[in-house]
Amino acid sequence: MIRGKPRGFLAHGPLAYPLLMLTVFFIAPFSTMLAVSFFHRVPGAFFEPGFELANYARFFSPFFLRVLGFSLSIAAIASVICVAVGFPFTYFMTRTSRRSQVVWLVLMLSVLSLSEVIIGFSWSTLLSRTAGVSNLLVWMSLMDQPVSWTPGLTALLLGMTYLAFPYTVLVLYPSLARLDPELPEAARTLGASPARTFLTVIVPLLRNAIMAALIMVFVFTLGVYLLPQVLGRPPHWTISVLITDQAIYQSNLPFSAAMAIFLMLVSLALVGVTLLISQKSRAAS
Amino acid sequence: MSGLILEGIRKSFGSVTALDGVDLTFPNKKLVCLLGPSGCGKTTLLRLIAGLETPDHGRILLEGRDITPVPAHRRDFGMVFQSHALFPHLTVGENIAYGLRIRRKSKDRRLEQVKKLLELVRLPGLEYRIISQLSGGQRQRIAMARALALEPSIFLLDEPLSALDAKLREEMQMELRQIHQRLGITTILVTHDQREAMTMSDVVVVLDEGRVQQVGPPMEIYRNPVNTFVANFIGSTNLLEGVTADSRAVRVGGECLRVERMADTGSPGRAITLSVRPEEVHVFSRISPGENRFTGTVTFVRDVGASVETFVDCVGTTIVSMASRKDNPGVAPGDRVTVELPAEACMVLTS
Repeated sequence: MIRGKPRGFLAHGPLAYPLLMLTVFFIAPFSTMLAVSFFHRVPGAFFEPGFELANYARFFSPFFLRVLGFSLSIAAIASVICVAVGFPFTYFMTRTSRRSQVVWLVLMLSVLSLSEVIIGFSWSTLLSRTAGVSNLLVWMSLMDQPVSWTPGLTALLLGMTYLAFPYTVLVLYPSLARLDPELPEAARTLGASPARTFLTVIVPLLRNAIMAALIMVFVFTLGVYLLPQVLGRPPHWTISVLITDQAIYQSNLPFSAAMAIFLMLVSLALVGVTLLISQKSRAAS
Repeated sequence: MSGLILEGIRKSFGSVTALDGVDLTFPNKKLVCLLGPSGCGKTTLLRLIAGLETPDHGRILLEGRDITPVPAHRRDFGMVFQSHALFPHLTVGENIAYGLRIRRKSKDRRLEQVKKLLELVRLPGLEYRIISQLSGGQRQRIAMARALALEPSIFLLDEPLSALDAKLREEMQMELRQIHQRLGITTILVTHDQREAMTMSDVVVVLDEGRVQQVGPPMEIYRNPVNTFVANFIGSTNLLEGVTADSRAVRVGGECLRVERMADTGSPGRAITLSVRPEEVHVFSRISPGENRFTGTVTFVRDVGASVETFVDCVGTTIVSMASRKDNPGVAPGDRVTVELPAEACMVLTS
């Protein structure tokens, strides 16, 4: 059934609900944060209304730019690892029976019920010298003595990947499950080995899903603020850690709001550029 | 023995038996149709030949060589899928050249081959089209061109025409037949459409419940079906339950019918089924007794344009007669008529 555009005030009534929800849960808090980012901080107290760019100006110091660079890189690396591991995983999962797919998905979803805190401390225990997996390797005489793998960059990446992995699978699953199984089969009958089929048919067909998963994990890991403190050393503290620190421990809400907005703008710009590049390369190919 | 040979093929999926001991020979350069209702195992059989499934038991031999363990990508067979399975991220030309690119053929060679194949399927100049811009019939032809690009030893088609509308389907049937004649390549076509199988193939293989029911040229299967399933599936037919009276007569619904031949002249009183094609049944508007003639009442007349079907209640069942427009007996429901089932048209089926 095709209907014309709704006319009149009443016909637009149903729009009020999403509008209300957006206002209450997005526009209002975001505008508050935007406003606070320009406010003046009163040391020892809270903040007072005002308009100054000092909060933004504070970032253009080598320290904050280095932290920003590190945060973006580690989020990018984590997203690449997640998709590189998650894509084949999800592909093989969708090729199994309906029943085992459900079991896998439930397992994935159950990982989501663990909080970042639990995940962080569990990995820190698992990678520790006193109680970690290295003891197991020593017992199996694969190593000479137990070592500590945490805190460190590898531990942080491992934790981030673990945290974002279920989301990666959930983003990739629908498109992979909908993939016509006759397409890879057609490639097989045309002489492509399973590996060739994967690279020349399956990956290009799911380019959009891969892009979506990359961006999702990137944005998600950019917001992680506990894992860097639990699994990383101070040089591995991301900008999210600094924002938390400023907001909660230094009571400097204007500066943390400014950092949050700046981080949001930078990640939006990066996502935009990525999308643009992928569209260009598609048009060219 | 040359050609493709299947020996004792069995395949089951979980508790479902798809193929239950299939022995078949596909002679070289012939067009063979695998015909059967849905779920009879014909697609599974094709996928086994393509190497996309492995049989639980049995062997597949090509020119005397056992190819059962050879994976799909090393079999050198071209296959057209039911959904066409054209790669949406590639252009028409890239789709056709996909196999050539995998074999690392030079670019000039690829372009030349694509051009030749597009001419073969009568779609020249479509190299740079995107798949989503093609019509159903065009996709069909491109899928065929792609499967033929590597000059395969065997050409497999899985219900390739089922997605097309009736008129286009007939056109494509003719075209496929012409391509087969021109290339002389062993072709195996899966279909559930008996008309398609009859008009196109050199040999028809009728499958049901995972077993081969009958193999032979289309006309032979039509004239001499071996059992009720084949008689019913290939064209429409009148099936009459009866018992043998002597070596040349069958008792059906209290009447005696003479038949031309009976495969197995066993003891009288054996239960058999008679098959009589509707176009062989004559209806006379007046009562005129004779051999194999019975009286009955017309229950329904269906005029389908080119022919007229008359349904008559007689010998305890409903007999359908089909006559061309000019032989139309001109009867109406309720009329008392005479039906003749000629002895040479009565086929005795043992099961």
